[in-house]
Amino acid sequence: MSEALIVLKDIGKHYTRSKQTIRIFEHLDMIVPREDFVAIMGPSGSGKTTLLNLLGGIDRPSSGEIQFDGKRVDDLSESRLAAFRAGSIGFIFQFYNLMPMLTAAQNVELPLLLTKLGPKARRERVKTALEIVSLSDRARHRPSELSGGQQQRVAIARAIVSDPKLLLCDEPTGDLDRETAGEILSMLQTLNRDLGKTIVMVTHDPEAARFAKRTLHLDKGRFSEKDLSA
Amino acid sequence: MTFLELVRKNLFRKKLRTILTTVAIFIAFAIFGVLATFQNALNSGVDTAGADRLIVTNRINFTLPMPIAYVSRVGAVEGVKTVAHANWFGGYYQEPRNFLVALAIDPVTYLDIYPEYVLPKSQREAFLNESGSIIVGEALAKQYKWKVGDRIPVKSNIFRQRNGSDTWDFTLAGIMTPGAQGVDVNFVAFHYKYFAETRSFGGDTIGWLIVKTAGSKDNDRIARTVDAMFANSPFETETKTEQAFNKAFTEQLGDLGFIITAIVGAAFATILLIVGNTMMLTVRERTNEIAVLKTIGFTSRRIFQLVLGESMLLAMIGGLLGLVAAFLMSVVLQNVFAGRIGVMSFTPGTALIGLGLMASLGFLTGILPALRAMRLDIVTALGRK
Repeated sequence: MSEALIVLKDIGKHYTRSKQTIRIFEHLDMIVPREDFVAIMGPSGSGKTTLLNLLGGIDRPSSGEIQFDGKRVDDLSESRLAAFRAGSIGFIFQFYNLMPMLTAAQNVELPLLLTKLGPKARRERVKTALEIVSLSDRARHRPSELSGGQQQRVAIARAIVSDPKLLLCDEPTGDLDRETAGEILSMLQTLNRDLGKTIVMVTHDPEAARFAKRTLHLDKGRFSEKDLSA
Repeated sequence: MTFLELVRKNLFRKKLRTILTTVAIFIAFAIFGVLATFQNALNSGVDTAGADRLIVTNRINFTLPMPIAYVSRVGAVEGVKTVAHANWFGGYYQEPRNFLVALAIDPVTYLDIYPEYVLPKSQREAFLNESGSIIVGEALAKQYKWKVGDRIPVKSNIFRQRNGSDTWDFTLAGIMTPGAQGVDVNFVAFHYKYFAETRSFGGDTIGWLIVKTAGSKDNDRIARTVDAMFANSPFETETKTEQAFNKAFTEQLGDLGFIITAIVGAAFATILLIVGNTMMLTVRERTNEIAVLKTIGFTSRRIFQLVLGESMLLAMIGGLLGLVAAFLMSVVLQNVFAGRIGVMSFTPGTALIGLGLMASLGFLTGILPALRAMRLDIVTALGRK
């Protein structure tokens, strides 16, 4: 497998609630190679979402180190971390999380407002992203005018429009029927295979995990690996 | 899409709520604009008062008369250039509700002292030469459709003619226009001599003197000299600068400045609570969306600008509409109140204060929600623990 895109070294993570310390991870190590498509499964409370938060730079470890593309990111300032998220990571959520007052195209354009691209270049990027998810004809529709599957495709377009290296998917098919879920997962597979996007996907669904190259099982803050790529 | 467009789309996502809040802001700014226009009207006499003019009145009350002999005695004081005099007539046109500020004046000296009351040369001469003539302000001429040469009956609620009539008939000799911004020409003036000869009581008394001095540095000395000259006489005087006199005259109606400030203050305090509450509610409803924006890379600063921009835009839309409405109302009210109070002008100063109030309203109502949004923790907001 190719060189590592993400390296988690000796990660510890705990929260304090009602004066009680809840330990999620202790001495957790993880390597995600470039162009990997890894599914993370595990029971509720196993730390899947926390892991995704740490990988995405929206939470910081209590101890240890996170490297992205060879550079340490867990100690970045808040504004640099935001810039890191904007440039390097695309997020895909279970409930799409689109802005209801914006059209599909405007939702996709949102991350580009943070770049120095001009209006024309932004329009081109949005057009390409919507073509990739086969939603060019719905560009002017608002989320309320789209089906769940279409909304998730808009969310995928938003995640890839700034050409990030890593896509983080949190139960991306959890709110979809089986057929639509299959379409979304195939799309993720295509993004991984044809565009070289590295994907980390949290899911409860073993069927969804089959679309990944490998599956990591997380339980009580520790991994066990099942490789499906062979 | 631009950042500003994103702000605008956020603002109008709940149209009814935004429209209602905008209407509330609109009303507050319209109230402010109209009341400020009234205040400008009341202050117009103070603002345009000549620095080199003094007003001499009866010390007991400015409505009480003084002997006309005072004109020449005051004129003899060193440093006095010209002395004019005027009488309050208590006038109205046809019906008492058509109130007129009507003055019986000494035409030559009065128009000399007040060059800001502009008359065409021919009309000025016609007025000076014809004792039964009258001059009127342009707004009054427009309101009552008066033309030069018209016969204008002016009634008095104070004086009677010797024949018992309360009406004086005048020939309109000239129509005055203001010579500068804020100059109030909403009055009528006629010859004192003609008035004194025909009135049934009052004899050779006058209402007040207007004294033009050689310069404002002489004002205090001249005022003291004049008042000392008539001390212990049956008609003691009180001499003030024209500005002080006009201010005191305005304050007869009460401390209007305070009343207007109190009304505007109450309106803005209410609007502050309404808009502030709406903005807090808006941000609370959008907790998840704000967290998503942060997740995809919007910095806390950007989020702060987004929310504060929304409250600023809301205040600007409602405020500008309110000020435009106030401006239009000031034009209408100018005609309605012509001749009753000073010049009702919506001044650039009022517009500037309005803009300041808009910025303050937008900032004060947006700052707390913006800080709250800025400090929002993504993990907590998305329920991702």
